[in-house]
Amino acid sequence: MNIFKQVAAVSLMNLRSVPQRWSTSLVIVVGIAGVVGVLTAILAMGEGFRATLGAAGKVDQAIVLRSGATSELTSGLGRESVDLIARSAGVARGADGQPIASAEILVIADLPKRGVGTLANAPIRGVQPGAFALRPEVEIIEGRGFEPGPRELIVGRGAASQFEGLTVGARLAFRDADWTVVGIFSAGGGAHESELWGDAETVMSAYRRGGFQSVTVQLEDAAALDTFKAALADEPRLNVEAQTLRAYYAAQSRQMSMLINVLGYTIGYIMAIGALFGALNTMYAAVSTRAREIATLRALGFGGGAIVASVLLEALLLALLGGVLGGSLAWLLFNGYTVSTLGANFSQVAFDFRVTGELLAQGIAWSLVIGLLGGLLPAWRAARQPVTTALRTL
Amino acid sequence: MKYFHLVWAGLFRKKVRTVLTLLSVVVAFLLFGLLQSVNEAFSAGAEQARADRLITNSRYSIIEMLPISYLPQIESVPGVKNVAFASWFGGSYQDRPAQFGVFPVEPERYLRAVPEIVLPPAQLERWSATRDGAIVGRSLAQRYGWQVGDRVTLVADIWPQRDGSNEWNFEIAGIYTSPDSEQNEGALLFQWDYFDEARQYARGTVGWFVVQVEDPDQAESVAQSIDALFANSSNETKTQTEKAFAQGFARQFGDVGLIVTSILGAVFFTILVLTGNTMAQAVRERIPELAILKTLGFSDRAVLGLVLAEALALILLGGLLGLALAAGALGALSAMLAGFGVQGISSSVVSLGLLVMLALGLVVGLPPALRAMRLRVVDALGGHQ
Repeated sequence: MNIFKQVAAVSLMNLRSVPQRWSTSLVIVVGIAGVVGVLTAILAMGEGFRATLGAAGKVDQAIVLRSGATSELTSGLGRESVDLIARSAGVARGADGQPIASAEILVIADLPKRGVGTLANAPIRGVQPGAFALRPEVEIIEGRGFEPGPRELIVGRGAASQFEGLTVGARLAFRDADWTVVGIFSAGGGAHESELWGDAETVMSAYRRGGFQSVTVQLEDAAALDTFKAALADEPRLNVEAQTLRAYYAAQSRQMSMLINVLGYTIGYIMAIGALFGALNTMYAAVSTRAREIATLRALGFGGGAIVASVLLEALLLALLGGVLGGSLAWLLFNGYTVSTLGANFSQVAFDFRVTGELLAQGIAWSLVIGLLGGLLPAWRAARQPVTTALRTL
Repeated sequence: MKYFHLVWAGLFRKKVRTVLTLLSVVVAFLLFGLLQSVNEAFSAGAEQARADRLITNSRYSIIEMLPISYLPQIESVPGVKNVAFASWFGGSYQDRPAQFGVFPVEPERYLRAVPEIVLPPAQLERWSATRDGAIVGRSLAQRYGWQVGDRVTLVADIWPQRDGSNEWNFEIAGIYTSPDSEQNEGALLFQWDYFDEARQYARGTVGWFVVQVEDPDQAESVAQSIDALFANSSNETKTQTEKAFAQGFARQFGDVGLIVTSILGAVFFTILVLTGNTMAQAVRERIPELAILKTLGFSDRAVLGLVLAEALALILLGGLLGLALAAGALGALSAMLAGFGVQGISSSVVSLGLLVMLALGLVVGLPPALRAMRLRVVDALGGHQ
């Protein structure tokens, strides 16, 4: 009999006996499902956060903040600065010959967070008409857009899901007067979906602010960033810094995604070590209950290699089952689940867990490695057992 | 205790299996210790909040400033003992966003309202007399190796100076301690006078007021009186207890408690399956031995006790080792974790851990123990079980 036939024969025999040993086999499956499930769920959170901030990150648009400011909230720009910035070299112009730009104000309102009941920071963005040209992905999915003048707001769909009472027609009482929610918008899954938008001048007058916080401009092309930056630097009346939206949002998500990754992998490694002990236990038990059987096979002339391979195969198959189970659970329970946290602008950013194919594949890889390591030593022992002693036991 | 040897021998009858199970339990409680400590650090703000203190900030949001002229008005509210104020400075230190709180305050006023931080009188004098003087908490000072007299430069993100520069220089005039909790030793406090004169805009405003009340039972009504003072003004206020303020703030990050509980739930479910299986196997293999014990005169109850004790011993041994490892790991990483307020393992984490161990031991040990108790000697010896 060649080695492949031997392996196949022994493995089939092993696997047929798994149902008789289901409770010990369960240990390996549950242990690995736990590791893969937790690891995938945590990393899916980081993946979702990055995707949300990444969706807003274009390379041919730039955001201008006061020099030193790290986010829109910590920035501030006067009206004169805003005009100078929009008219700088490198900024693309629309069909009407006007620069494509939007000076924006970002303020915070305390609104009740859904499910928690306590107040949380909701970002309110006052935008100029250029904002919609800059962000064609913004789409009203319910109600209508806001009019400049009356205190009207449109609400991003992430904000609507994270805060209580943000429905079309709702009235919000903040800053002296009532605001009416007139529409809900989507923004391609990006960070703007966590915001409430209104007209810049209206927001500014309600919050008694004299200036803006940022200017976002459309660059002529991605290469025009340097021209634009040079133009800003040459203007002595400005003390500002420009960066592409992609760089800006990447910086904002860096710390949080790093934290999530460190957390996920640390917990994952520790749990994997625990699951490895469980897998070893299962496989040692499997080998020792079959000691006589294995010895009989050896006596019949089956090679040590076939025994090792068959034990490993059993471990790998059980591990694979665990990995698939863990990944599926993570996907079923968490994929698309929306949560929010405090983002760089000191306000809530809503994002969905994203259980990607890559994460699922990574989970399977982890489960196979644990299965392999957990099967190796027991397989070795099975093959090395002296036939005569094993046959004499019991 | 006289059966200790018997329990121990039973436990290590199959060495490899027991050691492997034990190691899984160690790992589970290592995770428990780490995650629970993080969770605790997260809710520490609310735990340590004092009942006799209120926080007054803008009604609309914490980022809106309040005029400093509110100070004498709040002081005049009946039941108010001391009032101080602070603002959020933020900023970066060594090219990274500062991993510690930075607040401009009025030295003596602030220390009166926040008595849990202690500063030697000579250092308070030096601080008050130094325009750009700052004091730092002991654990923060240790983290960066700062000593009294050192100069520290922060780069502002919100508050440029009048001349447009973002650099703020401070001289460390004192190092404060907080005997009750090291977690309070992580901030840098500097003089409000210097801040207000040097900043570019928003002069004469503060971020929030810290109000100490005479009687904690009156805290709610004092809070209402303060808010009533400024109702319908252009800067309405919201006053809440320090605890409510801290809880609301912590919840903004998301439900860390829920995440930790979910992860630990998955971990302990796995451990349950694993150890439950080990114990069931151990009893199954030993049925003839247990029957012999009964024949020798051990009561059903004693046999139940023996098996249960074995399960408990396994989990307690693994659990305590795991918690010890967690304490060691937190100690080793303390410098890295200080920014998150994680300061080693607390007695409440340990006692919660012990409770979990007992519960886990009972759940895992009871089914096989009951089975052992119900064994009929004749059947067991005859191999009919």
